[in-house]
Amino acid sequence: MPPITDLREMYIDMVTARHYEERLQEEYLEGKQPAFDISAGPIPGELHLAAGHEASGAGVCQHLRDDDTVTAPHRPHHVAIAKGVDLKRMTAEIFGRESGLCKGKGGHMHLFDPDVNFACSGIIAEGCPPAAGAGLAAKKRNSDSVAVAFLGEGAIDQGAFLESLNFAAVHDLPVVFVIEDNDWAISMPKERVTDLENGARRADGFEMPGIRVDQDDAVAVYEAAAEAVGRARDRNGPTLMEVQVHRRMGHFMGDAEGYRPETDQEAALERDSIERMAAHLRAHGLDDETIDDLREEAHERVEAAIAWAKEQPEPDPGAAHEDVWVNPPSGVTDSEPAFDLAGGDD
Amino acid sequence: MSEQVQAVERDLTMSRAMVEAIADEMRADEEVFYMGEDVADYGGIFDSTEGLREEFGYDRIMDVPISETAYLGAAVGAAQAGMRPIAELMFVDFFGVAMDQIYNQMAKNTYMSGGSVSVPMVLTAAVGGTYNDAAQHSQTLYGTFAHLPGMKVVVPSTAYEAKGLMHNAIRDDDPVVYLFHKRLMGIGWLPAPDGPKTPVPETDYTIPFGRADVKREGEDVTIVTLGLHVHRALDAAEQLAADGIDAEVVDLRSLVPLDTDTVVESVEKTGNLVVVDEDYRSYGVTGEIVASVADEALGALDAVERLALPDVPIPYARPMEQAVVPGVEDITAAVERTQG
Repeated sequence: MPPITDLREMYIDMVTARHYEERLQEEYLEGKQPAFDISAGPIPGELHLAAGHEASGAGVCQHLRDDDTVTAPHRPHHVAIAKGVDLKRMTAEIFGRESGLCKGKGGHMHLFDPDVNFACSGIIAEGCPPAAGAGLAAKKRNSDSVAVAFLGEGAIDQGAFLESLNFAAVHDLPVVFVIEDNDWAISMPKERVTDLENGARRADGFEMPGIRVDQDDAVAVYEAAAEAVGRARDRNGPTLMEVQVHRRMGHFMGDAEGYRPETDQEAALERDSIERMAAHLRAHGLDDETIDDLREEAHERVEAAIAWAKEQPEPDPGAAHEDVWVNPPSGVTDSEPAFDLAGGDD
Repeated sequence: MSEQVQAVERDLTMSRAMVEAIADEMRADEEVFYMGEDVADYGGIFDSTEGLREEFGYDRIMDVPISETAYLGAAVGAAQAGMRPIAELMFVDFFGVAMDQIYNQMAKNTYMSGGSVSVPMVLTAAVGGTYNDAAQHSQTLYGTFAHLPGMKVVVPSTAYEAKGLMHNAIRDDDPVVYLFHKRLMGIGWLPAPDGPKTPVPETDYTIPFGRADVKREGEDVTIVTLGLHVHRALDAAEQLAADGIDAEVVDLRSLVPLDTDTVVESVEKTGNLVVVDEDYRSYGVTGEIVASVADEALGALDAVERLALPDVPIPYARPMEQAVVPGVEDITAAVERTQG
């Protein structure tokens, strides 16, 4: 069982992430009702919320340091929160504001916080190769930092994932791949696209350990991740984990989920990993009042981040032209050295 | 022209028209089938297959794993085996995952085989921005596909075009890339402008590839464009008309083959060329159109303007996205610059 300090931190990450997603949902729908228009309202673009995924982010990231790298997919907020991404600037980014993490250029699927080595990408499984690359850099530099790639169960049929498993395995890279299995790849139930109930078995073909955590219990995730991250940190190579989570909301806001049986939705809502975590805290002697206080503080932090984000200015339209380059090609700035290219005598 | 012209009174959204053509072809030919992510029960994220699974079942409207290399490559293989697959990339931006199958196999196998192999497939993909989906989900990439030899590339701008181009795409013996703009489809959660919902004949019909359509006739300037920007150009033309400038709007409809004749004919009449594109500026559609006109009718050109995305990835925040995607005002301003 994790020490109480870890349990408390995981609980805080989880209630922060849950409240964050529920509040973003409210903010997002403003201006999009009664007729839903994805391009209206204060939060631009698509929004993929991770309510129901909290146990995975919290349980894994509890073992990580700022110098460890995390890549996340298009449903990234709970992982970002657990990794310690700046909540205010992340929120400002999601609202498309100038002081956002990426100055409003990236948005919710493309968040970058180099201070804690966090990045996410909107293309399925495409965070796996860069995570392997971060592991490669750690290995070459004899550092004990590790890299973790989060992906959904829909991503395990993607070449970028399978190639990364092999690459990490053959080079013994300090990488952990974490599949978050929420049963649904947009409208596709897992069994219709993958002939494999336990995604962690993808590890078998690469002679890599594979661990499945088949309940969304942050403590069980924590214990599995202790083994996987520890193995990476001790330079014993990569591990594949799969964590059963649940999708409490649609694939994206605006997804009516017409394909999803109501019973499945109801079952997801009943599987509450946060209540389970609170029970762990109680078992460790925390009283309800203390737990309520932790939750209240987390909610206040979320509210403060959203309020701050909404006060931030929108970017200047002209800023769209900046940041393509670190070293902007501004014409001829360097002189070219002169050589005698006439060749030799012979 | 002796044929009787029939009045058509039924209006369809672009997605309904596209689906109608696919359904007609599937009824007529057992060898036509559709593969893609979320195309069966969901009906396509952008309604590209809405209702087809109900009629044709899971075997012919196939949901696939998120494995673009595998299923796009499988479409190539099935096409070479003589079937007529339609394979959908949910967002054209995802082409990067599977480009080898697209440009090294689908596009080249006919040529590399000396013509002994054909690849009669359609690659459909949703394109375009204007709803703040940022750099990985907003591109059109028109120029990328048109640049690489071996693919026919078509871009419907209305329901009428969507149906006729789809019929032709499925019947064509070569690979056809069919790029439909999300903003034009008439999806509930992404409202379309008025233009793309048009009368659509119930009978099947084909629109030949390489035939541009003059959407508005005018004397003073030629605006050449495609996709969403056909509608923005038409709006701009209405505003310009109020200022006494008479703009002709040419909808390319197909990039490969390209109907240079219609463009040149128009420019020879107006003397001024404005090309409007939702793809990147450099090495793209605008440059190609201007170069093609210059090749054929340099003397006819009095003024040239290009409007396209500047060479930056598409930003997320609304003010920045609006700044980089050409708008109606950008078009009127460009046209006015040609009238000096």
